Amino acid sequence: MDTGVVRPKLLKSALGWLVVFVFFFPVLWMWLEALKTEPQAASSPPTIFFAPTLEEFQTVLSGDFPPYFINSAIASILSTFLVVALGLPAAYALAIRPVKRSRDVLFFFISTRFLPFAASLVPLYLLARDLHLLDNIFALALIYTTINLPLGVWLLRSFLLEIPHDLFEAARVDGAQFRHEILRIVVPLIAPGIAATSLICLIFSWNEFFYAVNFTSSEAATAPLFLVSFISGRGLFYAKLAAAATLASLPVLLAGWIAQKQLIRGLTMGAVK
Amino acid sequence: MRATAASALGREAWARRLPLLPAFVYVFLVTQIPFVLTIYYSFFSWNLLKPGSFRFAGLENYGSIFTSESIRIAVWNTVLLTISVIGISVVLGLGVAMILNSEVFGKGLMRTLMIAPFLIMPTAGALIWKDTLLNPLFGLLPYLLSPFGLGRVDWVNQYPMVTVVTVEVWRWTPFMMLIILAGLQSQNPEVLEAARVDGANAIQSFRRITLPLVRPFIELGALLGSLFVVQTFDSIFMLTFGGPGEDTTNIPFLLYLVAFQGFSIGEASAIGVVAVIITTIVATLALRTLFSIFQIEARR
Repeated sequence: MDTGVVRPKLLKSALGWLVVFVFFFPVLWMWLEALKTEPQAASSPPTIFFAPTLEEFQTVLSGDFPPYFINSAIASILSTFLVVALGLPAAYALAIRPVKRSRDVLFFFISTRFLPFAASLVPLYLLARDLHLLDNIFALALIYTTINLPLGVWLLRSFLLEIPHDLFEAARVDGAQFRHEILRIVVPLIAPGIAATSLICLIFSWNEFFYAVNFTSSEAATAPLFLVSFISGRGLFYAKLAAAATLASLPVLLAGWIAQKQLIRGLTMGAVK
Repeated sequence: MRATAASALGREAWARRLPLLPAFVYVFLVTQIPFVLTIYYSFFSWNLLKPGSFRFAGLENYGSIFTSESIRIAVWNTVLLTISVIGISVVLGLGVAMILNSEVFGKGLMRTLMIAPFLIMPTAGALIWKDTLLNPLFGLLPYLLSPFGLGRVDWVNQYPMVTVVTVEVWRWTPFMMLIILAGLQSQNPEVLEAARVDGANAIQSFRRITLPLVRPFIELGALLGSLFVVQTFDSIFMLTFGGPGEDTTNIPFLLYLVAFQGFSIGEASAIGVVAVIITTIVATLALRTLFSIFQIEARR
């Protein structure tokens, strides 16, 4: 390689890394703050060099954070499971053996995803209040199912459309029942699709805040609500705050990093492969 | 004879419909019926904190929406926030995507680190920005900016909207980058090479070849992104709580204030109805773009 090719590559790389550094820096800074002691985290000028300690992680984990984390896990996993369980048959009925006017049904589903929460917020709140379901983690999981189901149906359908139709014909000649068709053919073939759908559902429900803050208070409060307790910023708990923020963000960050390919497909509702 | 044929057809239709029903009924019950109730409540005056205050109010709630200063400010803030966040993050996302699509060192790691802001819990991200980066006393940014005389700027209070837009741009640029990068990667490098051989310069081939190719991807990103950014709530709650005054109160935050701080059910419902009408217009555009992209995919 001659220098005429290498130099632009170096320049572009340097520029690229600079931009990436700027965007990644807040995350890096969160991690650094989390590894400091409180006086180091609340020092002026900011402490750059320090001996890292896991003290604040221990404080957070041995304190009142775990119940919030567990609530987040229950709401996210349960709602994701429900989305796949309800969404897969529905996607099948829209893609493989389509019902009449399946395009209209599809449009109906996806239009509800982008209905602002303003549309149904007040009645849902009143209903939850009257049924004593406020501050109930299972009620929150049902709300998350509603939020994610339209996207789930849409995504799963886009994956089902890619299965060669002959496979289903062959199965039907063999006299396979619907349930067997789903379990034996559909599920193994669109496992990556189910993974992508689950990832998106997990991200949205794990990070969800609006319903969490309005529909829960103590018993069912999720991880983002633990962070709200730092909002006043009166006491100087920046290291603890950073440790809690790091832990709260960890599951989605890891899942998104591992499944980058599924992430983009899910985020664009299947339009970008 | 005919009756059995018809009933067989009917059975077949129901066999097709059956797998769809649970999801359909569930979504219908949880979204459509509450929306009808929202419309119903919007014609009543009802404050949860005042027992017995439930009374028919006609169009009063809508009247106060269209005359209220708070609503005008919230609509303006929503528009300002959405347009600036989407505009800036599309431009930045396009830039980063183009760098990542060219020959650079450590491409994979760059992309991995770049998507982190989108994955970080929004409440956590906002808190980190507010308390550890922008805090005028202990924050890193005022410290780094102090040689330029900007050391003691209280970003969150002095420039609240700039702060919210910055944090949201930080979050949405990776999203735009991912989508635009996918578009760039579908480009055939031989076409660019041919253009270069034919004497096209970098700007010409960007404008004539690259941009038309990634345009649908930019549109898709911008439209999907705006449907989410219109609903921005988390970062406003954490950074500014809609303030100072009403400087960063957007429609979702105003709804929160009216419904859950003021408990005015009727007024909140009327805001909901208006928000649905606005969103429907935006969403229809978004879905049309999406369908056209699907048709492109199908033709390939």
